[in-house]
Amino acid sequence: MVAQNIAFAFIASIVALSAVRTVTTRNIVHAALYLVAVLAGLGALYVMLTAEFVATTQFLVYIGAVMVLFLFGIMLTRAPLGHLDDLTGKQWPVALGVATALAAVLVYALVDAFHAAELPRNPVIYRTADVGDSVFSTYLIPFEAVSVLLLAALIGAVVLARKD
Amino acid sequence: MLVNQFLILGAVLFCTGVYGVLARRNAVMVLMSIELMLNAVNINLLTFGLMVGSISGQVFALFIIAIAAAEVGVGLALVLLIYRNRSNIDVEELDLMHG
Amino acid sequence: MLENAYLIPLLPGLSFLAILLFGKRIKGGQGAHYIGVPVLAVVWVLSLVAVFGWINRVDDVTPATEAGATTHETAAAGVGTAGDPASPVVLAAEGETGAEAGHEAVAQPVIRSATWWSNAGENFRIGTLVDGLSVTLLFVVSTVSLLVHIYSIEYVRGDERYTHYYAFLSFFSAAMLFFVLSQNIIQMIVGWELVGVSSFVLIGHWWESLDNSNAAMKAFMTNRVGDVGLLVGMIILYFAAGSFEVPVINEMAASGQIRHLLLLAAAGSLTAAVMSKSGQFPLHTWLPDAMAGPTPVSALIHAATMVVAGVYMVARLYPVFYEGYSIGTSSINGLALLGGFTAFMAAALAFVQWDIKKVLAYSTISQLGYMVMALGVGAWTAAIFHLFTHALFKACLFLGAGSVSHASHHTFDMREMGGLRKVMPHTYKTFVLASLALAGVFPLAGFWSKDEILVGAMRGQQSGYPLMLFFGLLVAFMTAAYMTRVIWYTFWGEYRGHGTPHESPALITGPLWILAGGAVLGGLVNLPSAVADKIGLGGAAHLIETYAEPVRYLDQFSTFSVAAPSLGLALTGLALALGGILAVYLYYWRRLGPHGLTEQSVWARRGYTFLVNKYYLDHLYTGIIARGVRGPVAQAAYWVNQNVIDRIVNLVGESARETGRWVYTNIDQGVVDGTVNGLSSGAEATGEGLRVIQSGRVQQYGSLLFGAAAVLAIIFTIVI
Repeated sequence: MVAQNIAFAFIASIVALSAVRTVTTRNIVHAALYLVAVLAGLGALYVMLTAEFVATTQFLVYIGAVMVLFLFGIMLTRAPLGHLDDLTGKQWPVALGVATALAAVLVYALVDAFHAAELPRNPVIYRTADVGDSVFSTYLIPFEAVSVLLLAALIGAVVLARKD
Repeated sequence: MLVNQFLILGAVLFCTGVYGVLARRNAVMVLMSIELMLNAVNINLLTFGLMVGSISGQVFALFIIAIAAAEVGVGLALVLLIYRNRSNIDVEELDLMHG
Repeated sequence: MLENAYLIPLLPGLSFLAILLFGKRIKGGQGAHYIGVPVLAVVWVLSLVAVFGWINRVDDVTPATEAGATTHETAAAGVGTAGDPASPVVLAAEGETGAEAGHEAVAQPVIRSATWWSNAGENFRIGTLVDGLSVTLLFVVSTVSLLVHIYSIEYVRGDERYTHYYAFLSFFSAAMLFFVLSQNIIQMIVGWELVGVSSFVLIGHWWESLDNSNAAMKAFMTNRVGDVGLLVGMIILYFAAGSFEVPVINEMAASGQIRHLLLLAAAGSLTAAVMSKSGQFPLHTWLPDAMAGPTPVSALIHAATMVVAGVYMVARLYPVFYEGYSIGTSSINGLALLGGFTAFMAAALAFVQWDIKKVLAYSTISQLGYMVMALGVGAWTAAIFHLFTHALFKACLFLGAGSVSHASHHTFDMREMGGLRKVMPHTYKTFVLASLALAGVFPLAGFWSKDEILVGAMRGQQSGYPLMLFFGLLVAFMTAAYMTRVIWYTFWGEYRGHGTPHESPALITGPLWILAGGAVLGGLVNLPSAVADKIGLGGAAHLIETYAEPVRYLDQFSTFSVAAPSLGLALTGLALALGGILAVYLYYWRRLGPHGLTEQSVWARRGYTFLVNKYYLDHLYTGIIARGVRGPVAQAAYWVNQNVIDRIVNLVGESARETGRWVYTNIDQGVVDGTVNGLSSGAEATGEGLRVIQSGRVQQYGSLLFGAAAVLAIIFTIVI
């Protein structure tokens, strides 16, 4: 258990720090790379939460595909590289206040609700096969809905980004 | 492991994402911050799924990843369109709706 | 074959794919029939095997019915023989006959199914249900489809979308066979929509002409109206019976386990679907327009098979309709009324059409109305029998019309035909035979099936259905008359078109003769036993009665067993048909009777105009309903936009400005000089503050959103 906690502390601190750097750094490409660190750390945490398939998907879809999309987005919009001072707007104190207030109330509510509740020591482990079964039986209609949504997004993206 | 360590990490990530969405001027960065928020939701789903021993958490985490991919696709297409029309993607200057 | 019935829809499905993928490579895009025709031939053989397989199965279970006059006694005794012990829901045996007859076994339908998909614990299955009804339809669909495939080789030759045509002909066959074999109502919905799509595609086959694509759109849209009813009805049935399986729904409906109100609602909704798909009043208007498609398509889809889907659906879920509409007990019901009225009004329209295919289309509507009426009066067997015979002779008529058009330069206008009997002897003979069968002339197929429907209407329940009987006899007269008119204009008199007409080649006349043979002999499938015994056929001559009737529900639906035929009624029907032919014969051939009536009498002209305009239904739909809905909705939206939303926006803006002005004039100007500076800057700050909210910047809105969420969350955590 100690090892688990140490691992968690290590990964969680990487995730939290990288997340903060993502939203504060002055270099767009660095922000994207920090985001990769966040996503990879989260992938590791998903493994700790016994969700192996979600973790795999996280690596494949997010780090593999979504990040490439972001980098393309940065390139195609000709964002100036290097340090920029105007990446953060003037209203950042307001944003910080709102975010802090939200964080405070969330953390308070969580601590209040769960105190020191533990995750089960011998949890029910669901393998990838179980996830597959569940997606294609119990959650078939949501799955179909998501696939239609993806199709719509695909067509929408093509229509929006097409030059004519 | 405590339930709260994951949940609080999720809360912190979410609020970091909120800060990013509210403070960043570059539209691509705003989209990145939204990804942070979506991932915070995923942590919560997985933690609760493990806590109650249900598979639904994992299934919905997968759905959220799929939806996030769709969101990035459409979002970046919109950003490209804005860039093509205004040749910059500063969200602060997108104030056509101002009163 | 009964177990492997899934092969029957699967093969044309595969042929659809094969034609789509490879069709263009065979003989330069003109050889798709090398795939389509053999596959359909195999399907036809398989259907025949299924028919004999089912006959054997019934014979194995029930002792062979004795030939001769005892048939009806055994049928009457067999009234109480439902309540099969193996069935999950044991039917309540009502009456003393049921108690005495005990548990004599009856042939169960052959069901084979697998889980298709499942969601939230409910398994949705896919499979085949083979019983007498479905094998009857299998035979009809595969026969007509095969003949149409062969006929089209010549008819569509040289078309630029030849491959596409054959691909969708196969697709339609697959969809229709799938629909016929459906084991649950989800499958029925899927099959129903698939045949609708293929109908749409084939009507619009020559879409370059605006009329054709409009006709296809109209067919599709009109069917959508009825499809809503189908969905609603099926959903009601699912929640009422707790299952999608057709047999379960039927048994629960038959045994009174579903409340009558639910059954009535389901039957009513499904009737809307019947209206659109089977062209019943008032949603029949798409069917005449659908004649824009190629003629073989009209023969296959819009005469013989797809349009009877509604009739088939009623027959398949008959307990629902029977109990829902109280067919056994009430003297009139919606289904019978709908069918009777449709039969009459479509027959009246057939008189004023000049397009030969439109006459046949209205005739189809009229005959479909006959079938629906038969189901409405409880004459289940007669309806299916009529479906069977009608498919044969109406397909023959349509293909004959196609042959005529093929010969006379692709026109369907009867004013440009005439005198064709000399140059097209084969087409003429088959057309006359099929017309006589349609008119119900003894001893052709139509006579027997029409007679059984009329008997059903006369003896339907305790007191009969006098109104339906009246409609039936009237339509019998009218049918004979308008078909004689068609024959006069097409085949007699002088040729009025241009060019030289010629007989069609054997690929066209062959199917015509086969179908004409069916139109002559089709009646043998279900002769009344009194007649069958006389000519020594015995039990072999009422196949539908013996093998297709759902005897499992017989103790509930006594009307299933065919009522004893009435010689008087048969003679009346025959006399009316002959009278119709005679009247028109005298009118055209002998030039007797009131010619030029429309020129002389105002009322006759008005009636004629009314009919030519098809009761103004199309005007009602497009002119009044569609425009009526579209116009006011747009106007209302515009009005709301102009008067409500704009006014609110203006009001808010003005009041904000007024507030600022009021603050400025009263507080800033009105107050003494000493406090002016402080207060004016305060007012300005207020105005600025209000403006900031309306900045148009997403991130400020976002800040407000998340800030408000945080505040609300704080309030909730403190309060709770």
